[in-house]
Amino acid sequence: MLELKNISKKVGNSLHINDVSITLEKGSVNVLLGPTLSGKTSLMRLMAGLDRPTSGTMTMNGTNVVGLPVQKRNVAMVYQQFINYPAMSVYENIASPMRVAGVDKATIDRRVLEAAELMKLTPYLERTPLNLSGGQQQRTALARALVKDAELVLLDEPLANLDYKLREDLRIELPRIFAKTGAIFVYATTEPQEALLLGGKTATLSEGRVTQFDKTIDAYNRPIDLITAQTFSDPPMNMVAVRKEGGKFSFKANRIEVPGNVAGLADGEYKLGIRPHHMLLEKPDGAAMKLDCQVSTTEITGSESFIHLQSEGTHMVALMHGVHRVAVGDTLSVYLDQNRLFIFDQHEKLVSAPVFDSQG
Amino acid sequence: MASITLDKLAHSYLSNPKTDADFALKEIDYEWQDGGAYALLGPSGCGKTTLLNIISGLLVPSKGQIKFNGQDVTHLQPEERNIAQVFQFPVIYDTMTVRQNLAFPLINRRVPKDEISKRVNEMIKVLDLSDKADRKARGLTADEKQKISLGRGLVRYDVNAILFDEPLTVIDPHMKWQLRTKLKEIHRQLGHTMIYVTHDQTEALTFADKVVVMYEGEVVQIGTPEELFDKPAHTFVGYFIGSPGMNVLPCRIAGSTASVGNTTIELAHAYNVSGAKTELGIRPEFVYLSAGKNGIPVRIDGVENIGRFKIVRANLEGHAINAVLREGEAVPADPAVKFETKRINVYENSHLVRAGG
Repeated sequence: MLELKNISKKVGNSLHINDVSITLEKGSVNVLLGPTLSGKTSLMRLMAGLDRPTSGTMTMNGTNVVGLPVQKRNVAMVYQQFINYPAMSVYENIASPMRVAGVDKATIDRRVLEAAELMKLTPYLERTPLNLSGGQQQRTALARALVKDAELVLLDEPLANLDYKLREDLRIELPRIFAKTGAIFVYATTEPQEALLLGGKTATLSEGRVTQFDKTIDAYNRPIDLITAQTFSDPPMNMVAVRKEGGKFSFKANRIEVPGNVAGLADGEYKLGIRPHHMLLEKPDGAAMKLDCQVSTTEITGSESFIHLQSEGTHMVALMHGVHRVAVGDTLSVYLDQNRLFIFDQHEKLVSAPVFDSQG
Repeated sequence: MASITLDKLAHSYLSNPKTDADFALKEIDYEWQDGGAYALLGPSGCGKTTLLNIISGLLVPSKGQIKFNGQDVTHLQPEERNIAQVFQFPVIYDTMTVRQNLAFPLINRRVPKDEISKRVNEMIKVLDLSDKADRKARGLTADEKQKISLGRGLVRYDVNAILFDEPLTVIDPHMKWQLRTKLKEIHRQLGHTMIYVTHDQTEALTFADKVVVMYEGEVVQIGTPEELFDKPAHTFVGYFIGSPGMNVLPCRIAGSTASVGNTTIELAHAYNVSGAKTELGIRPEFVYLSAGKNGIPVRIDGVENIGRFKIVRANLEGHAINAVLREGEAVPADPAVKFETKRINVYENSHLVRAGG
């Protein structure tokens, strides 16, 4: 179990990591989700012992590890760039951490072959990395991390440089492979979809802060504040700034009844968040806000349509199932369903989220 | 702007290609229309960069001709082809301001001064860079720099075509959305012939009118996003387009029924197939899960809840099969699947078989 308490890292005058407290359980999958420069790599470097925190404590299974250099920790790390020893064969690349650790020959052989099999590298063991495709090179780096039997495995956007489809396949396999080792598995990504596919728990990062750390699907369904909701949505969540007066939220001349569960909210400014696939072209049974919009662009993927809309100066995206052909410049009414609203207060804290099941 | 004709084009990096396998780009014969938006989509090594380099003039093809507006340009140097290119990483001058960066390609081509300032101002507006127009490029974020790169390609009106080589790969997801939409709007406004190379299906499908799907040096299908989704011409297209891709199950075909192991599946039409390898393709979106005996029993190996939908990983007679459940739909306890009959595609040696054919 890796425990971070009030960890901060200052470089010059800028705070790269700001007061992070999270506990990572043995055998767990933990995703660090956030845009570029939100602190994912900085946080991993602190966890690995490559950098020393400016303040805070970090313990591994109860033992203080602050100041303990990376060589003395049982850590494996894989980066976005494929890093292998170019002069060594794939076999030797995978074997290298065990050679350093003085593992006996028979064990090395067995473990290399096992890892190669899992990573689908068996046919390439005699080749050197530069004679492999990008996906095979990254699988070599991953196999090396696997045989190290590390307590902590840190993967920093490991699939970002790979082809989309290859990424899809490896994304399914990786958590399964690493789960078997019992290690703490930490995976950094900029993509919400990737976090959801990996499952486990997700820490959302913004400007060096962990804004939320929860079971992945729960963080997606109940983001505690606006920035977390934005970090954890792709396509971006639509936001409508509204004013609450009595039983109504209003956006310009458009109105919607305040849902019953938050009827007691004080009057004032709020933001309504609506995921693109919850924007409706037909009026739902319950209460809904009708918005007249202008179509600014449409994108059709063959199975779904993204319709980009403008309403009273607010840009929104509606994701529709199937093919919807609408012309640019057309006017269109969309409905915001009362049961599908994320409601944020003036401090951008979540006050209400739609209810979804967390199965799976 | 120009139409681009690929006239029996093929390329091998070997000096003496003998078999089909020696060609990095197998023969392609196609015409891209003036003002169209096209995407070249495929995994690395599929030949899309080879094709792009032939269009831009970095590579002379081993066979065939490339024509702009009907004129043979096969042996013209890149600078003689009048095309603009945007690459994966921003290509800009750090010490110049945004405005100077955008003006540079026009100054080089001796465009009159007032014309330059008109176009640059327009481009700054289109790219939403008005508040940064007079800042040096050095201090800008990665996606702002890439916007300038796009702008430097788009600011030239007279180009025959604009080629984009994975222009959004290094951009964060949110910004990707904005830039992609922007590009689409610009295409609508200015009507350039655009060719966009990517391995990302969402980028290809949302950007292009027609997508060229490539696999192992071969163009396996050219079609609209809908065609690629509904009727993949090759099982590779079915797999590559869609997340997860189309389910492909080995089967035997007899008239209008398919058999997968001991399971019989009714088809919408009769198919004439020989004894060669036959498969049926069904997209996860059209595999319906239900409880009980009403359908083909499956074993569920895993469920991934990705919010908007759930991916159910199941097993049918020893074959992996994915189904998609919409948000809020529960996974049944005693699961069986049904296929939407008219959405089933039949493949022979990996190629789509038309009904009756």
